[in-house]
Amino acid sequence: MTERDSNKGVDDSDPQAAETDGGTHVTSDSVDAALDDIETTGVAGYNYAYLDEHTKREVRRAMLKAVAIPGHQVPYASRPMPLARGWGTGGIQASLSLLDPTDTFKVIDQGADESVNAANIRRLAADTADVETTTDTTAADVIQSRHRLPEEVLTDEQRLVLQVPITDALRKVDPSDTANRRRHAHQNYGKMWVHLYENVVEYGEINIASRYPTMVAGRYLMDPSPIPRWDVPKLDDADHLTILAAGREARIYAVPPHTSVEPLAFEDRAFTVERFPDQACHACGSTDTYLVEVSEETADEGGFETRYACNDSSFCAKRRENPALSKDHHLDQSGVDWGPGTPDAGDGGETE
Amino acid sequence: MTLLDASGIQTIYGQGCSECLNTTGDRAGTNQCPHCGSVVACADADLSVRSGEVVGIVGESGSGKSSLAETLTLERDPEATTDGEVSYAGYDGNLLDVDYQTRHSLRTDEIGFVHQHIRDGLDLDFTGGGNVAEKLLSAGSRSYENVRKRVRELFEATEIPPARMDDPTRTYSGGMQRRVQIARALATDPELVVLDEPTTGLDVSVQARVLDMFRRVQREEGVAAVVVSHDLGVVRLLADRTLVMRHGRVIESGLTDRIMEDPHHEYTQTLINSVL
Repeated sequence: MTERDSNKGVDDSDPQAAETDGGTHVTSDSVDAALDDIETTGVAGYNYAYLDEHTKREVRRAMLKAVAIPGHQVPYASRPMPLARGWGTGGIQASLSLLDPTDTFKVIDQGADESVNAANIRRLAADTADVETTTDTTAADVIQSRHRLPEEVLTDEQRLVLQVPITDALRKVDPSDTANRRRHAHQNYGKMWVHLYENVVEYGEINIASRYPTMVAGRYLMDPSPIPRWDVPKLDDADHLTILAAGREARIYAVPPHTSVEPLAFEDRAFTVERFPDQACHACGSTDTYLVEVSEETADEGGFETRYACNDSSFCAKRRENPALSKDHHLDQSGVDWGPGTPDAGDGGETE
Repeated sequence: MTLLDASGIQTIYGQGCSECLNTTGDRAGTNQCPHCGSVVACADADLSVRSGEVVGIVGESGSGKSSLAETLTLERDPEATTDGEVSYAGYDGNLLDVDYQTRHSLRTDEIGFVHQHIRDGLDLDFTGGGNVAEKLLSAGSRSYENVRKRVRELFEATEIPPARMDDPTRTYSGGMQRRVQIARALATDPELVVLDEPTTGLDVSVQARVLDMFRRVQREEGVAAVVVSHDLGVVRLLADRTLVMRHGRVIESGLTDRIMEDPHHEYTQTLINSVL
């Protein structure tokens, strides 16, 4: 990361720059006049990438520490952002600290680029960080995502930022963060294993839909954010860097490239991904992607039908144009292990 | 073979002063130091357990039994100052000074502890089976079927209906919760089990069944035990050797039969006369 972006958006020759750094100076008397003022001056008063330089530096420092200790939750001073905590504020702070003007930015919200929240985050970055935005996974340098990893394989030139609502996998079994921090320090995950045991007792298999507890680099138990089980194997030995950032809980953790990410499971009750027997996306016909049920009104009055559709909308659009497109079409090598439905997928890769 | 050897065990609550040890104990008739107000929960306690042997600790409430038992199981109370030496067969050095990992492995593999208070030993929201399984899973078992089988064996051995295995522990009766604790303590085939007041709060018939069960399991598994109780009957039933404690000191120790038939210390005589 370079410092070249440090004064972007503020005119260096402007003597007022120091004063306006970090916020728009509102001189007007009335609210209406103030709003007009912002309309005309735009975001010129804001620092590059919205956050002030100290904040970005601190977030970067936390990210570096998180990379150094894979899976360990690093605290940072989460700032107030122009949206409510719990709506991706951690992810935005991480993304804005990573971006520079040459980057292309993509935001996905549960697989969709079009949700209001994703569009707004994208616009904030475009307005303040002067970046190109895209919906194409392969064209993006930084991808911020909520609850999904893209279907297309990420490369070692891309960085993924996941929004995290709950940082500690152990909170499910013990609400005390103090006790859980001690457990992490001592790698004492017995209680989580009991949770899995009781899961098998109740359902016959481990039935955790999302936030599947995973061991990172054989040391720390990590909450991989609410991604489906389908996406967990993609994190294992991945080429890209994954940053997981929580704004409300003010914690950042990371999975560096080529780090082992192992979902907890018993020897005789293996980790499995979601199964979609005999289903295909109704729009593109894919059978090797993560599908979700959608209920849609039928032509006749009051009728509903349930159909399956790709959750990753940008890949679905590509598949509609080219149904044979593989998940690693943009890569030179063949037989990539990118979770379920890819040629060299390891554990959990079976979709049937 | 001596399994566990403890000497000079001392637990003090409070800041402590140089007079603490001289001004407390049996002769002083108190366990609270008149100079600094610290409570000497136990001091100068020596104890050794041979493999397969059952040692009883009796005494009135507040005599330091539980403090001694907690020290033996390497339980750490941050409010207390502990001193002394505990050695365990196969481990080097003083166990009171070991790092967390050694302590954790000792407590999961070698020494089982049945807590006086159910809530200290069990997670009542987990199932009974889950509480027992936790011990096995912490010790590194990763096969669901093996864990399940072992839990069922332990439920049968401790006479808990296996049909209740998958119910939350809070729905169990007091007697069943005690048994779950004992099953949990025995789960990893430890060499030593410490039971702190195993029958408190149970009615007499359930007490008898829990004790019978424990005596049988203890003999079958050949596990050594330290039984802490204020109830002479419990100690007489289970223990080969007995220590009598009062005001934080061991005032008499010997074979249980000898203590019961021929108590030397005045307090032991009173204790036995008042019960029998």
